[in-house]
Amino acid sequence: MFANFDFDVIRRSLSYLFLDGMTFTLTLTGLATFGGIVFGTLIALMRLSGYWLLGRIAGLYVDLMRSLPLVLVIFWFYFLVPYIGQWLTGSSRPVRVGAFASSLVTFTLFEAAYFAEIMRAGIQSISKGQPAAAQALGLTYSQTMRYVVLPQAFRNMLPVLLTQTIVLFQDTSLVYVLSIPDFLGAASKVAQRDGRLVEMYLFAAVVYFAISCVASFGVRRLQARIAFVH
Amino acid sequence: MNYHWNWHVFWEPAPNGTGTYLDMLLSGLVLTIETAICAWIIALIFGAVIGVLRTLPSKAGSWVGFAYVEFFRNMPLLVQLFLWFFVLPEILPHSWGLWMKQMSNAPFYTAAIGIGLFMSARVAEQTRAGITSLPRGQKLAATALGLTTAQTYRYVLLPMTFRIMLPPLTSEFLSTIKNTSVAITIGLIELTAEARAMQEFSFQVFEAFTAATILYLLVNIVVVIAMRFVERGLAIPGYITGK
Repeated sequence: MFANFDFDVIRRSLSYLFLDGMTFTLTLTGLATFGGIVFGTLIALMRLSGYWLLGRIAGLYVDLMRSLPLVLVIFWFYFLVPYIGQWLTGSSRPVRVGAFASSLVTFTLFEAAYFAEIMRAGIQSISKGQPAAAQALGLTYSQTMRYVVLPQAFRNMLPVLLTQTIVLFQDTSLVYVLSIPDFLGAASKVAQRDGRLVEMYLFAAVVYFAISCVASFGVRRLQARIAFVH
Repeated sequence: MNYHWNWHVFWEPAPNGTGTYLDMLLSGLVLTIETAICAWIIALIFGAVIGVLRTLPSKAGSWVGFAYVEFFRNMPLLVQLFLWFFVLPEILPHSWGLWMKQMSNAPFYTAAIGIGLFMSARVAEQTRAGITSLPRGQKLAATALGLTTAQTYRYVLLPMTFRIMLPPLTSEFLSTIKNTSVAITIGLIELTAEARAMQEFSFQVFEAFTAATILYLLVNIVVVIAMRFVERGLAIPGYITGK
C-alpha cells in the first residue's frame, strides 16, 4: 500500500506548504476571529439592546448567515466585495479586491453571526444584579457594558469562543473553491503538479488533525481551569 | 452600480439543454436534498451507535468511541471528502480502486458517505450528551428491575434520549444540508454548483446567488417548521419542552 509512497514530495514542498499556505490559513483564522468577535459582540449588543428595530435587524442577519452554506457565502462575497468597494470609494468601476481581502471580509462577516450567538449567551449568563448595581453606581450603559458585563461575558465564553475558532480554522480550507493557495490549496497545487494526490492529501489531513487536536485539548484544559461567573 | 440586472434570466433556456435556468437550479436543489437525506441516515445510525458506545461501562468501548469522534471532528470536511474521493481508491487493492473510480455517480456516493460520517461524530456527541443528561436513577432503577445493559438502553435510556435530543438534532440536520455544498469540490452538481454554473453561463451573478439563497432559506424554514411539529408530538411531559 505504501510501497510507492513518495515522502520526498512532501519534504520538497514543506517550505511552500507552511511559509505560504499555512501562513495564509493562520493569518486568515486570526484576523477573522478578531473581526468576527468584535462584530459579533456588536450584533449581540444590538439584539439585547431592547430597541425593536435594532434587535430585529441583528436577528435577521444572524438567522440569514446561519442558514446559508459557507461555500455559497464565499461565492457571494467574492463577487459582491468589488461592488461594495466601488460603492465605498465612489469609483466608476468595480474595485479589484485581492483573494485575501475578499476571504477576510467573508469569514469575518460569516463567523460574526456565530460569535454573536456565543456572546449573546455570554451576556445573558451574567446575573441581572450586576448591570443593576453598575447603574446604581451611576455608570452609563456603555460603561456598564465595557467595565462590568462584557469582560465577564467574554471570560465565561472563552472556551466556546476558542472552540468556534478551531471550527473557523477548519472552515478556512473552503477558500479552496476560489483556488486560493491556503494550506489545503497549496497542498492540492503540489498534488496536481506532481501527480501525488495520496501523499499530499494524507499529509494535509495529518497536519489539520494534529493542529485541531492540540488546540481542542488546550481548550479542554482551559475549560477545567477557569471558573464560571454568574 | 453598473451591474446589469435581469430577473427574467430564470426563464431563459440554459445552454446545457435541460430546460430553463430555473429548472437547472431546482434540479440542484433536489440533489442537495437527496444527498442530505442519505448523509443524515448514515449520520444517525453511526452517531447513535458511537454515542451509546461512549457511555457504556466498557473502557475499550468508550475509548473507541472517543477516537472515532476525535478522528472525524478534527479534520475539515473538505479534507475528509478529498481523502474518500482521491486517496481511498489509490490505497485499496487495485481492482477495488478501479471499481470505485469507474462507478457512475461517484461524487454522490462519496458526498453522502463522507458528509454522513463527518456528521455522525456530531450526532454521537449529542447522543452521549443526551444519555448523560438523564437522571442517574433511571439507569439504577432499570438495573434494580433486573434488566440487562442492552435492555436498559433499549427500553429505558434510548427512548428518553432520542426525544430529548430532537432540538439539537434539528440543527445538526440543517448543518448536514448546508454541508452538502462542500461536495461541489468533488464535482457534485448540487444547488450551489448549479448557481455557480448559471453564473458562468449567463453572467447574472447576483440573480443566480439570490435564487440559491432563497432556496436554501426555504429548505431551512420547511425543516424547522416540520421539526417543530415532530418535537411537539414527541415532547416528554414534565420536561421543559414537554407539555
